Amino acid sequence: MTPLKERLVQLEVLRYNPDTDTEAHFQRYEVMCQEEWVVLDALNKVKADIDPTLNYRWSCHMAVCGSCGMMINGEPKLSCHAFLRSYEGVIRVEPLAHFPIERDLVTAPDDFMEKLKRVKPYVIPKEKKPISEGEYKQTPAQLMKFRQYSMCINCMLCYAACPEYGLEPEFIGPAALTMAHRYNLDSRDGGRKERQEVVATHEGVWTCTFVGACSEVCPAHVDPAGALQQLKITSSIDWIVEHLIPGGKS
Amino acid sequence: MAKSHKPVVWFPFAAGGTVIAFFIPVIVLLTLMTALGHVPAGLGYERMHAFAASGLGKLIIFGVVALSLWSSAHRLRCTCFDFGLRADTLVATVLYVAAIVGSLASAIFLLRI
Amino acid sequence: MSRRPLVRECPPTTWYFRQPRYLRYMSREITSIFVGAYCVLLVVGLQRLAAGPAAWEGFLQALRTPASIMFQFLALVAAVYHAATWFNATQKAMPVQIGEDFVPGSVISGAHYVAWAVLSLAILYLAGVF
Repeated sequence: MTPLKERLVQLEVLRYNPDTDTEAHFQRYEVMCQEEWVVLDALNKVKADIDPTLNYRWSCHMAVCGSCGMMINGEPKLSCHAFLRSYEGVIRVEPLAHFPIERDLVTAPDDFMEKLKRVKPYVIPKEKKPISEGEYKQTPAQLMKFRQYSMCINCMLCYAACPEYGLEPEFIGPAALTMAHRYNLDSRDGGRKERQEVVATHEGVWTCTFVGACSEVCPAHVDPAGALQQLKITSSIDWIVEHLIPGGKS
Repeated sequence: MAKSHKPVVWFPFAAGGTVIAFFIPVIVLLTLMTALGHVPAGLGYERMHAFAASGLGKLIIFGVVALSLWSSAHRLRCTCFDFGLRADTLVATVLYVAAIVGSLASAIFLLRI
Repeated sequence: MSRRPLVRECPPTTWYFRQPRYLRYMSREITSIFVGAYCVLLVVGLQRLAAGPAAWEGFLQALRTPASIMFQFLALVAAVYHAATWFNATQKAMPVQIGEDFVPGSVISGAHYVAWAVLSLAILYLAGVF
């Protein structure tokens, strides 16, 4: 077995301590890494060997849990999925854009969590039936209709990529609206009308200008941009039915 | 939170965006050829006038001009916001009114032909 | 330890310099300026057409100034760029599911490109270019 190649990695990490700081500032670390490592490995090495006060979130190290999202050289990335070999020179690591910084690389996800709840991201059965009547069945084609959108891991990279969310923080945003779309498309679900009260508002889908950045950065290939354009079309058809077709309001 | 009336402006924007994509490049190409001295036969007065005088011709010309104007106005409104201009209501009013005036003018000119 | 999260503002007038994809987005949006201005030119053309043969010939002559040629060239680039971004987006806005599988996005966008080419050639033909 050939030995792993070592490399001295320079990291520039944004630091913020809520107990002592009023501003965030960059701190430079130099740490010996294996060429095959990811940025998260480098941060772990820094924390273990150089600076135990460095704060960041991570859990699974395999792009599934969605907790290690950071801006790496200005790009929203899962740090467990950002390979050192893709970067040259100093690697700049910052907390996810558009979210308040709790401490160092840890951001406050409260706003996203609140918005996710508002779109009712769960199946609201069309007709409730007792368990004795069995499961709600679904064909493979019905599953495929929304499957892609159910891959979201709530990592919030799309919010960090979306300039409209940065400019208008009231925006419900890509992931939450995509979840609404995912359940709207589910053959077992009857909750679309309830979700439209949030989706079809200005803060809902109509703040989106189709920048498309959300889909480009999504580590789970969910395509929120596509979901939002589809929501615009269905919301527009709703509007026509409600306002222009006699008796359509009911 | 009330449901938005944005579909009123968005639907014609989407229709106009499609019209621009399909029609405007080739129309610009035709006038650019004219400008460079290769006047296509169809752009002579007789044929253009005959086309604009027909009912179908009027409909096509009006549809292309009105929807393209609206789509451009709506996109420009969003662009102004993106550039940091926060007076959205004013910007929207000015641009939408301009698009409507342009469309009405086209209709009047077409009816005179 | 109390929570005191640091809120950072998104720079409202310069945010699009932060990532190249934002500049691509802004250039797509800016095509509306050139397309909109070109539509105004079309409205003027209609007015000239309604005013009679001499006025129409004058309009065609006026198209030949260097400034006009420059403007039309920019409008052509803008319109083509708009068309490409628009057709590429169709596959996101209008996915087509047949049976279990979705039609590949490239097929949906590709069909739009083919229709665009056919329509453009037909209009050039009807305009007497060939």
